[in-house]
Amino acid sequence: MSNSKHILGHYGETIATDFLKSIDYEILDRNWRCSIGELDIVAKNGSTIVFIEVKTRNGRGYGHPFEAVTGDKISRIRRLAAAWLAAKELGSCPIRLDAISVLVESGRVSVEHLKQVF
Amino acid sequence: MQLAKTYSISLYGMTGRAIEIEADISSNLPGFVLVGLPDASLQEASARVRAAITNTGFTWPNRKVTVNLSPANVPKSGSGFDLAIAAAILAASGQIELVSGRSSIALGELALDGQVKPVPGVLPALREAQRMRFRRALVPRANFAEAQLISDLDVSAVGCLVCFAGKISVAEISQSCQCQTELAQGGQEDSLASGSLPSETALDFFDVLGQQSAIRALAVAAVGRHHALMVGPPGAGKTMLAERMPTILPPLDDATAVDLASIRSLVRLGQFSLIPDGGQATPFCAPHHSVNQTAMIGGGNPVPRPGQISLAHGGVLFLDEAPEFSLLTLESLREPLESGSISISRASGTAVFPARFQLIMAANPCPCGYRDVPGKTCTCSYAARARYASKLSGPLLDRIDIRIRVDAQTKAARLRAAKSERYSSLALRQQVAEARKASAERLAGTPWRFNSEVSGQFLRRLATENPSATAILERALGSGSISMRGFDRCMRVALSIADLDAKPVLDATCVAEALFLRGASDWSAL
Repeated sequence: MSNSKHILGHYGETIATDFLKSIDYEILDRNWRCSIGELDIVAKNGSTIVFIEVKTRNGRGYGHPFEAVTGDKISRIRRLAAAWLAAKELGSCPIRLDAISVLVESGRVSVEHLKQVF
Repeated sequence: MQLAKTYSISLYGMTGRAIEIEADISSNLPGFVLVGLPDASLQEASARVRAAITNTGFTWPNRKVTVNLSPANVPKSGSGFDLAIAAAILAASGQIELVSGRSSIALGELALDGQVKPVPGVLPALREAQRMRFRRALVPRANFAEAQLISDLDVSAVGCLVCFAGKISVAEISQSCQCQTELAQGGQEDSLASGSLPSETALDFFDVLGQQSAIRALAVAAVGRHHALMVGPPGAGKTMLAERMPTILPPLDDATAVDLASIRSLVRLGQFSLIPDGGQATPFCAPHHSVNQTAMIGGGNPVPRPGQISLAHGGVLFLDEAPEFSLLTLESLREPLESGSISISRASGTAVFPARFQLIMAANPCPCGYRDVPGKTCTCSYAARARYASKLSGPLLDRIDIRIRVDAQTKAARLRAAKSERYSSLALRQQVAEARKASAERLAGTPWRFNSEVSGQFLRRLATENPSATAILERALGSGSISMRGFDRCMRVALSIADLDAKPVLDATCVAEALFLRGASDWSAL
């Protein structure tokens, strides 16, 4: 079970990465881990560093993918973003937190991108 | 469109305020924020509206939904905003298209399956909507009967969220209404005609053996809407008499009936059909003596609700065992007895409810109940009697025009009554109606409608025109047995007696009977 969930998640992140490349984002990092957790995608849009949480769902049975991005998760991504910036020794630069949903529904894949979600 | 506005009405007492409901959908993670000082029941609207929208085939926007109830600094309560919130969200997410501008209001609670449930206070809210020049209103189907009492407002009944959306959207919607079949089968579940009382339970003065003088006194009270007190030993029939009072009272006039229906709408949930005869029947409220002040005159949180005195508006408030009521409760009746309305002031505001009721009280002469009863011995101490008598205060008693003693019927009286003619409610009702007509003719062109409301000036002019009739009152006034106010009160009752006996002018018998009905100033020794 856990395996298929991971495969779906990985598939979603690949689709999200392709999508971001298609709109001229520079991908800086994928699946960056530290003790706090994991950042799905870190990208650069102009001078802004964008931290992107990707949610992938197979159908809407458990609600829309965005609904799984809860307040807890958001505050963790904030802390992860700070940790990432510290690890890369990037001082003050504009950052943004985005969310991307990948919804696989009856053979079709739809991608939605929400900017500045906090 | 990412922003939409709808309108609803928030009530404080009977006074309404138009509430603008704005919904905004922003590109952010899904969430629902309801702002504008909602209370707990309104805060829960978010859960109801969301379930209703998804369960009726609409889609819930997967973005951040912000709903603002404006003016944002006024506390709002209740579930009546559900429909307006749902409409604003559907319009903001582009699923329906609203007419622009401030023209229609929506009232109603949503069930999770999208059915629209009745809410209290629809009638007063619509009266206020009419005053604020809204042109159209959408109300729950179960509240439709009371809503029809409002003219000049285009009222539509809605059964579910889909037919509601269909009625407010200018564009076609794709969903089909689930409640249409029910409408075809059941029709209006809440029609006006369905509520009349079964005839077996109908009360009649014909059931009362004897007590002819008490019945006559109540008929006089009915003509002029005079307040009355009956004092007598247990088992004399005081309660039986009072319960039959509504059977001789004429139906309410239209304005009073609408006021009463508005009050009932506030306290009952869409059970308009419980009001017999389309709300024209005279109300009769008989609260138990354990009633507290709030239940009696109105009050409560977060918004004051009408009490018993307002539910008896236009009709009778009967207090059985009057001295057993708490002093606070009894004394709080004094102002509404004078003004015909009650204003309840709280930190959050002031609510005014109409309360033009006729007070009928019954009491025992003393705690043991047998003071001055032939063949019985009163066992009360002097102190106990005095304490009991002081429960009904002077200022309250002073507002009671008719105070009579109702004694138990002796065997001889019962036999006599069985043979002689008894009063029937039907005949008395006709007499009272005729007498009311006569009063109305006399009072035509004055601000008063009933003899009990007439001013002292008017009465004294009448007295000087009729010196021979009022000589007995002048004597009583001279000897100090009645006050100037007592004089006026006797005159008012005398007018009602003249009207009941179809006498065009006051004569000495009317005035003498009024003086008798006024009774002694010590009520327990009547």
